[in-house]
Amino acid sequence: MEMKGTSLFIKALKEEGVDTLFAYPGGQVIDLFDALYDSEGIEVILPRHEQGLIHAADGYARSTGKVGVCLVTSGPGATNLVTGIATANYDSVPLVCFTGQVPTHLIGNDAFQEVDIVGISRNICKHAITVRDRKDLGRIIKEAFFIARSGKPGPVVVDLPKDIQQAMGSDEYPKEVSIRGYKPNTGVHVGQVRRALSILSQAKKPLFLVGGGVNIADAGREFTRLAELTGMPVITTIMGKGAIPTNHPLYIGNIGIHGNYAANRAISECDVLFSIGTRFNDRITGKITEFAKLASIIHIDIDAASISRNIQVDIPIVADAKTAILKILEEAEALPVKEWTEEVQSWKQEYPLEMKKYEGMTPEIIIHKINEKFRNLIVVTDVGQNQMWTTQYLELDHNRKLLTSGGLGTMGYGLPAAIGAQLGNPGTPVVCISGDGGMQMNIQEMATAVALELPLILCVFNNSYLGNVRQWQEMFYGGRYAYTCLTARRSCAKDCKNPEKCCPKYSPDFVKLAESYDAAGIRVEKTEDIDGALEAALKRTDAPTLIEFIIEPEANVYPIVPTGKPLSEMVMD
Amino acid sequence: MGKAAENIIKKRWISLYVENEIGVLAKISGLFSGKSYNLDSLTVGETEDETISRMTISVTSDESTFEQIKKQLNRCVEVIKVVDFTDIPIHMKEILFIKVNSLNAGEKEEVFRIAQIYGISVIDCDRSNLLLECVHTESKNNGLIKLFKNSFPNRIEVIKGGSVAIEAISMADR
Ligand SMILES: Cc1ncc(C[n+]2csc(CCOP(=O)(O)OP(=O)(O)O)c2C)c(N)n1
Repeated sequence: MEMKGTSLFIKALKEEGVDTLFAYPGGQVIDLFDALYDSEGIEVILPRHEQGLIHAADGYARSTGKVGVCLVTSGPGATNLVTGIATANYDSVPLVCFTGQVPTHLIGNDAFQEVDIVGISRNICKHAITVRDRKDLGRIIKEAFFIARSGKPGPVVVDLPKDIQQAMGSDEYPKEVSIRGYKPNTGVHVGQVRRALSILSQAKKPLFLVGGGVNIADAGREFTRLAELTGMPVITTIMGKGAIPTNHPLYIGNIGIHGNYAANRAISECDVLFSIGTRFNDRITGKITEFAKLASIIHIDIDAASISRNIQVDIPIVADAKTAILKILEEAEALPVKEWTEEVQSWKQEYPLEMKKYEGMTPEIIIHKINEKFRNLIVVTDVGQNQMWTTQYLELDHNRKLLTSGGLGTMGYGLPAAIGAQLGNPGTPVVCISGDGGMQMNIQEMATAVALELPLILCVFNNSYLGNVRQWQEMFYGGRYAYTCLTARRSCAKDCKNPEKCCPKYSPDFVKLAESYDAAGIRVEKTEDIDGALEAALKRTDAPTLIEFIIEPEANVYPIVPTGKPLSEMVMD
Repeated sequence: MGKAAENIIKKRWISLYVENEIGVLAKISGLFSGKSYNLDSLTVGETEDETISRMTISVTSDESTFEQIKKQLNRCVEVIKVVDFTDIPIHMKEILFIKVNSLNAGEKEEVFRIAQIYGISVIDCDRSNLLLECVHTESKNNGLIKLFKNSFPNRIEVIKGGSVAIEAISMADR
């Protein structure tokens, strides 16, 4: 039988199990929207900006493990996805992004709203392709979903010219995929596993380092079993946080430039580093030649290219984290490392994370309150100090519960990703923690959250500064706050460091802003009021609540490892 | 672990089988520029199967960067196979045209003599200009360019294609 391209598109989405489509209309996708209007079983979500749209799809995908699907028009619609594509690519989030395109006969003619989105996105996604022939439509969509979710997941861009959408052609959607250049690894090299276990068995100070790969593989439970079996201490990257419950006695904390003392010290002293699903990004290694200097390194990663790129590895294992961990569990044994584990734990007691320098309501206290008040919540962060504090103080007992733009560090991620997470997890409380800067980068999505009747809890840590950058200026640029004050007026003195003196206390007024979108807004300035605000937010079931926490403008994130320094040279406070 | 040996920077060769599709060349070259890999030459053409193109790529790099390059190439969905030619016997040729201008009779004689010695052909001429076609390895061709540059300064025009290479059947001829 024959059917229109648009009908095949809808059939394809259904066969791929897509129930939620993040979409924004325009001339080159109007046929698809028209077809969606009559179809059932796919909820179409209309965010207010394509960047918000793709972050929402990303939050949906990260929190559910399903593929997030976007549909936008050509030209500006497509280019508005770019930051979101790169964000998802860096953190291995499976997305399929359909972009409308001008009809094939106009491609290359500088037609109205024509843009070479495949060319633009090629280097920031897993795969990008234009459908040039109606007969390839089904196959390309099938392959797109397969590529997005298999191996190291990632975003795929499928560019759909208008005439291909309109053309009649086969109604067949393939059942199977065979791509000769793409065969994701599914096995585990048993010999390498044995070699790894053999050096582990001789280790005196072994240490697990867990990255986002374990969370993506949904291997948290299996990993926790492995940690318990061996008795080794565990540290994580921020992307790996939650792979083992944070209150687990073997869990030491995050490493990296804002890692805690015990974790960073453990990595400097361990003799075998067993790392799983991390690419040793410079944010976690500090000065690279000093990183885990005394250790033999075992590294499991699904992506061969992540192995021995930043850090030379002794035993590489190219495999999916869950498959590999299950294999290791078959042969692993308890290790006689009790003393070492206790030593690392004692550092954690001796140098706990705390914001002891500051009085009054600190982010630490707010996050502790969130830990107390919520069970089984999903937390989405934005980027900046708010993100670092969250990854330091948040307690988690499972993976897929902390969504954060770790690789690209995209401000404006939080609110839209929280929308996606809530859509994918109705009934689960979703809390977004952001800064006043990042919140304003996709504030328009408040309208989306209200329209969708989502009970999101949006916590804005308002310090009136682009806090993360201001902290660097304070510590490493002689306190010159160049363009990081968000309440500054043109007439302000250049060296003003006291926004409360001459400027409005906050800008914008987030409470009024929330109310203008028909959401609830609450301002909290004192510790005593945190509980009440969180409870009020929890009571709302059909609309978002924005809680603006006025925090100390110049509070810093500690510890911090200055750029170029080894992890052992943390500045503690 | 022999780290010193691994870090030797030298010329290395890759043969790449890729899908013969729009955008694949841009993808591969974009990968090199995006990751700051030093690409010396890249040639591409169809194979006996018109859905597959084959590229010959040369880079100057150390071992670990080269390993990364191969892994990154392997990651591309459009790349069907990556073959490392670095230490295996291959045949490799590069095409080079040299045009030598404003020659007098004696100089023309000399060019013909050089051509004979080096096994290159004169494929076009008029009264005072000669066009040479050289199909040799890249390093031999570079030697020829040097020779002509020295002998006929400011009078030569050079154009090269990149190298193409294929596994040897019995012995190498680089
Ligand atoms: C889109 C984008 N632009 C710029 C940056 C650089 N940047 C990183 S953190 C930061 C400050 C964030 O300020 P705010 O959102 O107020 O959060 P805070 O650090 O105060 O918690 C900036 C500007 C970024 N990460 N993303």
